[in-house]
Amino acid sequence: MPEGSFEIPVLEDLFSGRQGVIRYAKPTSVDEALALLGEGAWRILAGGTDFYPAQGSKPFRDDVLDINGLAALRGIAETGSHFVIGARTTWTDIIRHPLPPAFDALKQAAREVGSAQIQNVASVAGNLSNASPAADGVPALLVLDAEVELRSVAATRRLPLHDFILGNRRTALLPGEMVTAIRVPKGATTGTSAFVKLGARRYLVISIAMVAARLVVENGIVADAMVAAGSCSVVAKRLVGVEAALRGLPSDDGLADAILSAPMGELSPIADVRGSAEYRIDAVREIVARVVLAAVGRMTGDEVAA
Amino acid sequence: MSQVQPEMNEALPDLGNALPGFGAARADITFEVNGDAISVNVPPLRRLSSVLRDELLLTGTKVGCDAGDCGACTVLVDGDPVCACLMSVASAAGTSVTTIEGLANGRLSALQASFLAHGAAQCGICTPALLVAATALLDKQPNPTETEVQDALGGILCRCTGYRKIIAAVMDASLQAASLDFRLPQSGQAIGSSPVRLDGVPKVTGGEKFGGDSFPADALAVLVVRSPHYHAGFAFGDLDGWAKAHPGIAAVFTAADIPGKNCFGVIGPFADQPALAEGFARLRGEAVALVAGEREAILDLDMSDFPVRWTELPHFLQPREARAGGAKLIHDNRPANLLTAGFVEHGDPETALAGAAFTVSGAIDTSYVEHAYIEPEAGYAYLDGDTLVVVACTQAPYMDRDETAKVLGLAVDKVRIVPTATGGGFGSKLDVSLQPLIGLVALKTGRPAALAYTRTESMISTTKRHPAEMKATIGADADGHVTGMIFEGDFNTGAYASWGPTVANRVPVHASGPYATPNYRAEGRAIHTHGPISGAFRGFGVPQATIMQETLYDELAGKLGMDRLDFRLKNCLRNGSETVTGQRLDSGVGIAECLESLRPHWARAKADADAFNSANRDRRRGVGIASCWYGCGNTSLPNPSTIRVGIAADGAVILHQGAIDIGQGSNTVITQICADALGLPLEKFQLKSGDTAITPDAGKTSASRQTFVTGKAAEKAGRALREKILRFANVSEKASLQLDGPAIAIREGEATRRIDLTSLDVDAEGFVFRAEETYDPPTLPLDAKGQGKPYAVYGYGAQIAELEVDLKLGTVKLIKITAAHDVGKAINPLLVEGQIEGGIAQGIGMALMEEYIPGRTENLHDYLIPTIGDVPPIETILIEVPDPEGPFGAKGLGEHVLIPTAPAILNAIRHATGVLVTKVPATPTRIRAAIREKEARR
Repeated sequence: MPEGSFEIPVLEDLFSGRQGVIRYAKPTSVDEALALLGEGAWRILAGGTDFYPAQGSKPFRDDVLDINGLAALRGIAETGSHFVIGARTTWTDIIRHPLPPAFDALKQAAREVGSAQIQNVASVAGNLSNASPAADGVPALLVLDAEVELRSVAATRRLPLHDFILGNRRTALLPGEMVTAIRVPKGATTGTSAFVKLGARRYLVISIAMVAARLVVENGIVADAMVAAGSCSVVAKRLVGVEAALRGLPSDDGLADAILSAPMGELSPIADVRGSAEYRIDAVREIVARVVLAAVGRMTGDEVAA
Repeated sequence: MSQVQPEMNEALPDLGNALPGFGAARADITFEVNGDAISVNVPPLRRLSSVLRDELLLTGTKVGCDAGDCGACTVLVDGDPVCACLMSVASAAGTSVTTIEGLANGRLSALQASFLAHGAAQCGICTPALLVAATALLDKQPNPTETEVQDALGGILCRCTGYRKIIAAVMDASLQAASLDFRLPQSGQAIGSSPVRLDGVPKVTGGEKFGGDSFPADALAVLVVRSPHYHAGFAFGDLDGWAKAHPGIAAVFTAADIPGKNCFGVIGPFADQPALAEGFARLRGEAVALVAGEREAILDLDMSDFPVRWTELPHFLQPREARAGGAKLIHDNRPANLLTAGFVEHGDPETALAGAAFTVSGAIDTSYVEHAYIEPEAGYAYLDGDTLVVVACTQAPYMDRDETAKVLGLAVDKVRIVPTATGGGFGSKLDVSLQPLIGLVALKTGRPAALAYTRTESMISTTKRHPAEMKATIGADADGHVTGMIFEGDFNTGAYASWGPTVANRVPVHASGPYATPNYRAEGRAIHTHGPISGAFRGFGVPQATIMQETLYDELAGKLGMDRLDFRLKNCLRNGSETVTGQRLDSGVGIAECLESLRPHWARAKADADAFNSANRDRRRGVGIASCWYGCGNTSLPNPSTIRVGIAADGAVILHQGAIDIGQGSNTVITQICADALGLPLEKFQLKSGDTAITPDAGKTSASRQTFVTGKAAEKAGRALREKILRFANVSEKASLQLDGPAIAIREGEATRRIDLTSLDVDAEGFVFRAEETYDPPTLPLDAKGQGKPYAVYGYGAQIAELEVDLKLGTVKLIKITAAHDVGKAINPLLVEGQIEGGIAQGIGMALMEEYIPGRTENLHDYLIPTIGDVPPIETILIEVPDPEGPFGAKGLGEHVLIPTAPAILNAIRHATGVLVTKVPATPTRIRAAIREKEARR
């Protein structure tokens, strides 16, 4: 067994004479963590904000790899080509770190992840790995063309975010792999952005629908538009029909009209306790219009606020 | 087992301690708590909240949900707020943790003092988290804006206060003087003053002990096995064998182990609920078995192999299914699944409606509402000789005593209930929950037994507000006088009776609202389903019925072409009016004063809305108004309170204050009343709790009765004690009393007499003077047509809601609530405001977001209650129309304050949008659907 891990006996197994034990490890280097991951199935503990609610009052029966000792995975770095967000970077880290306006949507989303207490410990990568249809961080990262860096002992691979989250609570993470970073290509950090989360109360709410948009305006014309919606499909989606409809238009209030008739075939909302499917599809179009106008500075936050 | 010695950052797990005993491997983990270096030997994945509470005994950090949904466990880690329930203790290694216990440094911090000065703590269960998080904010921003406060505290739920006093306390913290003025009034001036609540200090220091805060170290932990099905048969396998195969498990108990009558219920004749189900379960969450064991063994217990076999049976959750012909009976003795019905008839409503110039009809449906107190049920039980002692949170210790004794086959004097501080109740902690369960384990094992419900367990197994399906018609003559009303409502009472009969009876008495309604018929039916048990929740069905009546009043005013406030004033009850039960109200009717006081606000609010609407298309403002009335105390049934007060030889005034304070303030209010009746200052009073072994029964904290009924008993007891002292001193009633060390100085005119208390005989309880008085409100039974005098005292109120609707999204932004409440006499104006603001917050939740769906919203992130960002500024107008019966003129108000809010909001939404949402909560989905439907009709 590699350094940095130890085993926790499971009570009943001890007494029934079986060999069952659960392992707990808190490695301090990524290589050590990857070596452990190569040995078998682990449940990864990062910020804990999804880990503990999922555990509830049940006893621990999974091997747990606690990555909170991996100092190298926390923080935002800039390379020649990318902004690299370490997997353990918290939402508060995102809020506090100076970043270009293209990241404003991500910062606004960061402020809506649970509560301040959650934002202080919950990691960006955890939000993606948990793969909830209502994950607050996903739309803003989709409009930044974010990619997810996955490492195992054997290899490092990078997947576009939309290829990483496969479904409700389902990701492309393979056995032996962990998310080590989220990478945003600098080419996708131009323009201005905004995010809106629609919920049934002001704080600490799971969204009914949410939208992020990043627009690049040149000489008063929308040169490029990236729009993504969450909580309106199993996985948050880029709205390519909307994006196409916006490109080439003057950056004025008329953008809202283009959105009213743009196709949103990517979305297939369900009805749940937070809202009906019909409501979601109706509301999300309105939010898209507002977020797009907010992204180009034509609406104040108060006007957008759902 | 491996014996690897791992390297961890600051945490060095030492497997040498991982004995083959209970629980998982432990590690030595060191960190700082409140400036002290701490080392604990615990499993590294143990939640920090658990380590703080269970290992370090720092119980000021509360656990409300274990999921980050309520924020009650908030602590600072290296200065930043985190939920201690979501952090492993391993992650705390090497950090500096600050808990509520670390905020006071020899004396209260300015923020703690500000909380007390503003009345920002009611029950106190969320207070530690708020203080800790606000301290972090104030460290960075000593003079925060309202938005900054809301952003900082948005992740902490409070169910009592309505948040406004919390916001003010944080914003004003920098202004708080170094030492808190407790504002204890002079003798004779307690009533009408707002001293710092007498039980306040421990609420802001973390010292207050709630149900889960004082478990004995050697207590067995109890785990409750509950039905996962709405309706199911079940059979157990080899329970003894299972228990033996699990080390540390002491025993499993089922209904077969219950020594007494396995049938409890708050209303004797309707008692129908087993403490542990026998053979089949009637609702999801019903308890069927108890597992008792060592704490670590229970924490590590995997219940997946527990030997119980379920056979799911058909179920129904809707009253219409329950009432349908052929529906299976949930209780064999209740045909058509009807628990009971309440009925009131006065005059000839059909003829009146037929002859009315205008009539309006409508239907309103409401949802299950969860009490969502931040403290889940918790307590422990132990045997003291042959007496079973239950130490738990509650609203009704004597009822708990009687129910627990019945189930466990004990004489009532062999059960002692010791109430802890109660972290919110709102009606649900009137019923027993865990008391008979932990009592059974203690009784059977001889060991203390402790249990704290999980959030989900609390939500699925305890009572709710009744969902209502109501219809009504109201008619008025051409002058705008209401001439008649017919109301009927089905109230989904769930699987067991609980307070269903009370709801069925209260609703028809109150469904007219505080308006003269000469011809009237109302029927309320409590219908059994396999849904959650509906019981008592602030207002007993009246908030639901008032939505029906007050929304129709708006429609009727519209048909009459009358202003909505004028229409209400024209019809409201006045002195000399007759109620729908034929009760003549000779004096003390304050609803007209409430409505009149709102007039300028109404005019201003309507003008503001008009101005906004003339400039906006997609956002519309609306203004709504609604009233309430509510009878204080039990409906036509006795509900006496007894108060004992005495003077000890050392000069202390000892008040046995049995009116359980669940945050509303009875510890302070009852004492204020007693102090002025006795003529001695508040500062001399010492309170004894509602422990059934030491304090007489002051009845349940329910039905807005404590200020009125127990207050009246306190007034009588105070006066009686005063009389005894005066008689002893042989002076007239004009004399004044003064305590001077162990002596009473009695002055009358120029003469002063001194009674040396140490020279007097001391009774068994340590009193040299004592008095005990009982008060029971004078009521008369209701006859077959619901005619009679159901209550001795009513309270009144009216509220205006101002809001903005986003027409495209169906969202509502509340702008302001203006609340005028006639409380007769505000014994403590600050506490009255606190009740009003808190009731309004619950009304907001009911109106806009709260919908408990069994199987779907059994947590505090799917079930939403208002956060600090959802309650707008509230302006309170206190109206004091004295009641001849109430103590010093006071009326109850605890439930009244919630009643007008939801209908005022619905009326404001209609004013803004032109649509009435007929199912609450009015979620964005429902508001938007109503708007779309209206647009489609155009």
